[in-house]
Amino acid sequence: MSIMSYLGAIGAAQREAMEADERVVIVGEDVEANVYGTTGGGKSRSSEGDFLQMFGRNRIRNTPISEEGIVGIAAGAAMTGLRPIVDLSYSSFLYMAMDQFVNQVAKNRYMFGGQASMPVVFRSAMFYGLNTGAHHSDRPYPMFMNVPGLKIIAPASPEDAKGLLRAAIDSDDPVLAFEAVKLWGLKGEVGDEPFRIPLGVARTVKEGTDVTLVAISGSVPDACAAADRLGEEGVSVEVIDPRTLVPLDTAAILTSVAKTGRLVVVEPAHRTCGAAAEISALVAEEVFDALKAPIVRLTAPDMQIPFSPSLEQQMYPTRDGIAAALRRVTGLKPA
Amino acid sequence: MRTDIPTSTLLEMQRRMTRIRRFEERAAKMVKRGLIPGTVHTSIGQEAQVVGSCMALDDDDYMTGNHRSHGHPIGKGSPLGPLMAELVGKATGVCRGKGGSLHLADFSVGSLGESGIVGSSIPIATGSAFASKLLGRPRVSLAFFGDGAANQGVLYEAMNMAGVWKLPAIFLCENNQYALSTPAHTVTSGNIFERAAGFDIPGVRVDDGQDVIAVYDAVKTAADRARAGEGPSLVEVMTYRFNEHSEGLRIDNYRDKEQISEWLSRDPLDRLAGHLRDRGITDEQLKQLDAEVMEEVDRAVEFANESPYPEPSVAFEDLYTDEVTAV
Ligand SMILES: Cc1ncc(C[n+]2csc(CCOP(=O)(O)OP(=O)(O)O)c2C)c(N)n1
Ligand SMILES: [Mg+2]
Repeated sequence: MSIMSYLGAIGAAQREAMEADERVVIVGEDVEANVYGTTGGGKSRSSEGDFLQMFGRNRIRNTPISEEGIVGIAAGAAMTGLRPIVDLSYSSFLYMAMDQFVNQVAKNRYMFGGQASMPVVFRSAMFYGLNTGAHHSDRPYPMFMNVPGLKIIAPASPEDAKGLLRAAIDSDDPVLAFEAVKLWGLKGEVGDEPFRIPLGVARTVKEGTDVTLVAISGSVPDACAAADRLGEEGVSVEVIDPRTLVPLDTAAILTSVAKTGRLVVVEPAHRTCGAAAEISALVAEEVFDALKAPIVRLTAPDMQIPFSPSLEQQMYPTRDGIAAALRRVTGLKPA
Repeated sequence: MRTDIPTSTLLEMQRRMTRIRRFEERAAKMVKRGLIPGTVHTSIGQEAQVVGSCMALDDDDYMTGNHRSHGHPIGKGSPLGPLMAELVGKATGVCRGKGGSLHLADFSVGSLGESGIVGSSIPIATGSAFASKLLGRPRVSLAFFGDGAANQGVLYEAMNMAGVWKLPAIFLCENNQYALSTPAHTVTSGNIFERAAGFDIPGVRVDDGQDVIAVYDAVKTAADRARAGEGPSLVEVMTYRFNEHSEGLRIDNYRDKEQISEWLSRDPLDRLAGHLRDRGITDEQLKQLDAEVMEEVDRAVEFANESPYPEPSVAFEDLYTDEVTAV
C-alpha cells in the first residue's frame, strides 16, 4: 500500500496495463508532454517514469484536435487488434465525437452480430466547479448511460480509480471513464500491486441503517461528510458509491434501501434523465413497499453553468444541502 | 488494354461483377415482392469500381463500406448465401439478422462493416490501418464512401491523421455524381481528388470508372504504396448507378434520360466481356460464367429462404463481449 493521489492512481493503472500488454496504447491531445499528469511519473517529460521514454512514440501518441476522428480511429483499431486508451481531456469534448460514440463504438458489435469486439477506454475529466464556464464544466455521463453498448465508470477514490481503470482496460467492451477533476488531488491508500475492481460492483463507503445515500463521482466526499455530520446527530447513514454506472449494481442499492427504507441520491449532473433519476425510478419500481419517506434527488439544476465563482458555487449539491435532505427524510428538524 | 493481368484474373473480375449484378437484381425483385424488408441500395452500374477496388486488395486487407455496400463483401469474395440470408433477416445471415442490408459485415473477408450513417465508417477503416501499422502487419485498409460523404468533416480528420502517421489506408470515393437526388457539383467546391493535395498525399481520379482494369490499376498503385509504408492515398472513381438511390424510390427527376442512357451504354460487365473476347474467351464461356453465377444466386436465395428466423432472444445478445456482471 502507498498513499497515492487519484491522478497518480490513474497513471499507475495506465503504466501497469501498458507494461503488461503491448496492444495497449495511449492516444490523445497532449499526452506526450504529460500535460494532464497521467502519462508520466512526474510533471516534466524527462522525469523518471515518463511514458514517452518508457513506451516510445508508437504507443503514446499525440493526436491532432480531431475528436471525431480520434474516437473513430480508436474504435477501428480496437476492432482489429489494439486496446487503445483514449485521453479526451475534457468531458465536454465528447460531444464532438457523438456520432462515433453512438453509431460506431456502441453499435458495431451488435449490428454485426458479434463479429467485432471493441476493447477501448475513453477517459475524460469533468472540470466542473472550477470556474471554467459553460463550455468546460459538463458532467455528461447520463447522456451516455442512455446508449446501450457503452460501459461507464465514475471512480471517486484513488483506489477505485486504479482498480476500475485497470478493469476497464482489460474489458473487451468500450468503457467511458468520467473523472471529476476536483477528485484528482484526493489522496488515499492504493495497492502497489496490479489489481482490478470488477465493473458493476458498487462500493459501500459507509454502513448505516436509517437512510441510504447514493452518491456519484465528485459528490462522494460531500456525501461522506454529510453522513458523518448526521451521525453526530444520531442518524445512521449508509453511503453507497455505484462506481460503475453501466452496468449498475442495482442489487447493492435495492438491498440497502430495503433495509433503510429511505433514499437520497446525489450527483453533479443535470436533473432531467440523470443517473439520480434512473436510480430513483429503479428503487420506486422495485422496493416501493419498503419506503418510509419520499425519495430525494440532489442534482445540478437544468441550467447552464455560469462562470463567476459567486454564481457557480450554487449549482452543485453541497454538504449542507445533502445534510438537510438527510434530516428531512429521516424526520429530523433542520439543524 | 494492359496485357500483364492474367486472363484468369480478368475472368474472376467478370465473375465477381456478375455476382454483384445478379445478386442485386434478385434482391431488388425480392424487395418489390416484400420478401426483403426495409431499404436496399444497389451498386448496379458501379460493379467495375467495386470489383476493381476489392481485387486490388489482398485477401486479409480490411475495408469499410456505406449504405450501398452489398457489392463490397461480394467483391472481396464473400459467399452469397449468408449475405442474402442477412438481407432477408435470417439467423444464418452474416450478422445473425441484426444488421440487414445497411449493416452487412463479413469479417472473414476483411469487411469491417457498412455504416448507414454517411461518412461515419471512414475513421473505422483508418483505425484498422493504425492498428496494422503499430502491430507491424502488412495489411492495407480501404474506406469506401460516396461523393456525398466526401463533404463530411470526419473524412478530413481521418485523412489528416492517416497522412501525418503514414498509415496504410486508401480513401476510395465512389463518385456516382449524386448524393440521393443532389448533383455532386452543386454541393462540392472543387474536385474531390484534389483535396488530397492539402494533406500531401497522392490524389488521383479514375475518369473511366466503368473500366474495371483502370480502377484496379489505380487502387493497386495505392495499395502497393501503402504496403510499402509510404502512406495513404485518395482515389476518386467516376461512375454511375443505374438504379434509383434505393429500391422502391421513384423520384428519377434529377437525372435526365440522355445521361442515363449514355451511361447504360457503357455497362461495366459488357466492357470487360469485350476485353475477354479479345483474349480469346468465347461467348459460350461467358454465358457459362453467367449461368454459374445465376445458379449461385439461386442457391443463396434458397439458403436464405430455408433458414430459420432468429430466436427472439437473439435481439438481446451481442451488445457486449464480456459476460456482464450487472446484477
Ligand atoms: C449522416 C447522414 N446524413 C444523411 C443521410 C441520408 N442519406 C443516406 S444515403 C444519402 C446519399 C449519400 O450519397 P453518397 O455518399 O454520394 O452515396 P451514394 O448513395 O451516391 O452511393 C443520404 C443523404 C445518412 N444516412 N447519414
Ligand atoms: Mg453518390
